[in-house]
Amino acid sequence: MSAEPAAGGALAQPLPAIGAASRPGLRGRRLPVVSLSIIAVFVLVALLANVVSPADPEAQTLRNRFKPPAWEAGGSRQHVLGTDGLGRDLLARIIWGARVSLTAGVLTVLLASAFGAAVGLVAGYYGRRVDAILMRITDATMSFPVILLALILAVTVGPSFANVVVAIAVILWARYARVIRGQVLTLMELDFITQARIAGASASRIILRHLLPNTLNTLVVLITLQVGYVIIVEASLSFLGAGIPPPTPAWGSMIAEGRDFVTSAWWVSVFPGLAILLVVLAFNLLGDWLRDTLDPKLRQL
Amino acid sequence: MTAPVIEVSDLRTHLVTRWGTIKAVDGVSFRVAEGETLGLVGESGSGKSMTCLSILRLVPRPAARILGGSVLLDGEELLTKSEREMQRIRGRKIAMILQDPMSSLNPVFSVGMQVRESLVQHRGLSRKALTERALDLLAAVGISSPATRLSAFPHQLSGGMRQRVVGAMAIAAPPRLLIADEPTTSLDLTIQAQYLRLLKELQERHRLAMIFVTHNLGIVAKICDRVAVMYAGRIVEAGPVAAIFGAPAHPYTRALLDSVPRLGESSEWLAAIEGQPPDLAALPPGCAFAPRCPRVMDRCRAEAPPEFAGGAGHASRCWLQAPP
Repeated sequence: MSAEPAAGGALAQPLPAIGAASRPGLRGRRLPVVSLSIIAVFVLVALLANVVSPADPEAQTLRNRFKPPAWEAGGSRQHVLGTDGLGRDLLARIIWGARVSLTAGVLTVLLASAFGAAVGLVAGYYGRRVDAILMRITDATMSFPVILLALILAVTVGPSFANVVVAIAVILWARYARVIRGQVLTLMELDFITQARIAGASASRIILRHLLPNTLNTLVVLITLQVGYVIIVEASLSFLGAGIPPPTPAWGSMIAEGRDFVTSAWWVSVFPGLAILLVVLAFNLLGDWLRDTLDPKLRQL
Repeated sequence: MTAPVIEVSDLRTHLVTRWGTIKAVDGVSFRVAEGETLGLVGESGSGKSMTCLSILRLVPRPAARILGGSVLLDGEELLTKSEREMQRIRGRKIAMILQDPMSSLNPVFSVGMQVRESLVQHRGLSRKALTERALDLLAAVGISSPATRLSAFPHQLSGGMRQRVVGAMAIAAPPRLLIADEPTTSLDLTIQAQYLRLLKELQERHRLAMIFVTHNLGIVAKICDRVAVMYAGRIVEAGPVAAIFGAPAHPYTRALLDSVPRLGESSEWLAAIEGQPPDLAALPPGCAFAPRCPRVMDRCRAEAPPEFAGGAGHASRCWLQAPP
């Protein structure tokens, strides 16, 4: 080893604690226990739906229509949250619906973020004409209403889970593209990108090794915040009948089914609505927390 | 004299802007031999950095374009190489250190990863050998306890430390030519001296040709063998450090030297160069320095001066040096 310390080796004393322990990030701030546990409960329930569910979500018993929740007069232990207009157990449907909603949310967001981030990285890196073209496409996409596209798809191809995911992702990527492109533009001004070029890095290497890792924070925050949004959009589509087709339990269509009976059987709409509220709220709180934690300006503190 | 590592001749790089074409580099020629340091001096906007970027073929496109001339690295023409070939030359044969150490390192990767990366790109080594080499490099640039620093992130290091890491990455190959673009400008004075000594030491160890871009004449006197003074995209005077400091031929060089404050001299005001740096989009027809020159003659405004040799490698573009 040619470890002769060159000029001024005593510049700084060796710091003992450098490394993982003093790394900035998730440690040091209190975890958002409430939102994390809500999400954890829903994810677990969705994963173990076939174990936890008290009944078959699609089994109809017309004799048991509109049974109120267990604690109301006329309710029974058998249907804790009551039954809907076809006598299906609401709790079971909410549990299975969690699977649908969460899968749709996560899948859509992953699809959209991957595509959007790629577009944003390419546009920001190459700039000029590539940027102009890609960003105009992005603008055009953003001006297109998600619900309308999904309705068109539902009418032409027929409503299905895949269509919902595709319809939302096809619109949603634009937001990622815009945010990531903006970040890439600021990163491109920094010397380490020039330094990478000077060191002989190719375009793909700079994009993947230098730009992408520096946008991950933003990407994670955006993904978390958007899961909630997608769940709402999916629910809206299902509510309108352009989403996940019955009899598959989906929270949105469950609300729609109970809409005509809110005065007499409020539970049919309220409980799936409550589920949406909880999940979306949890994801948004987690997203906010992540944003505050990963904010590069606060990172060094 | 040995064959030069880098030989630039009549290099011309122009920038096309909304306000007109700017001749950022306008017929620049110089050569740097193995183990030699050339100081490239001039005001901001005189074309120093653009000259360096032209050598690497990394001028900001599409605004800037290298229009002509030749850049020979060990006798090989760089201006006609394909982009792929240039990628293999960058970092491997030519390395460059930039001015701002605060943003020269990727903030999301540890120092070790970045130093290793600069090694991976240029040679096939095993993981363990890579770490060993990275440690060697960090030790070579005077980073104390390199083993602990490997896992440190850039924001945990001081500016001087970061610039050392950048230096370590620059000599990873090691290159034939090292371009240092004002590497000490943003460092503390005490650290500056250390860093300069370090650069000098690395240069001697690897026999690097070095181009040192700066506007600090004190640094030039300390570490350069030869100086080229740039003004408005041209080299107006070039020669050995002693000759230029002892007997500057061009009024601009003289003015630069006079504007360095010295202890013990009782002038109330610092000597400053009159006027503004020239508008590069609208240069006067004659000598670009004529409007600010204290010794301007009629001829200067009409005709651009050619290069006059002054002996011992000293040359300048000034009508004052014209043989009678």
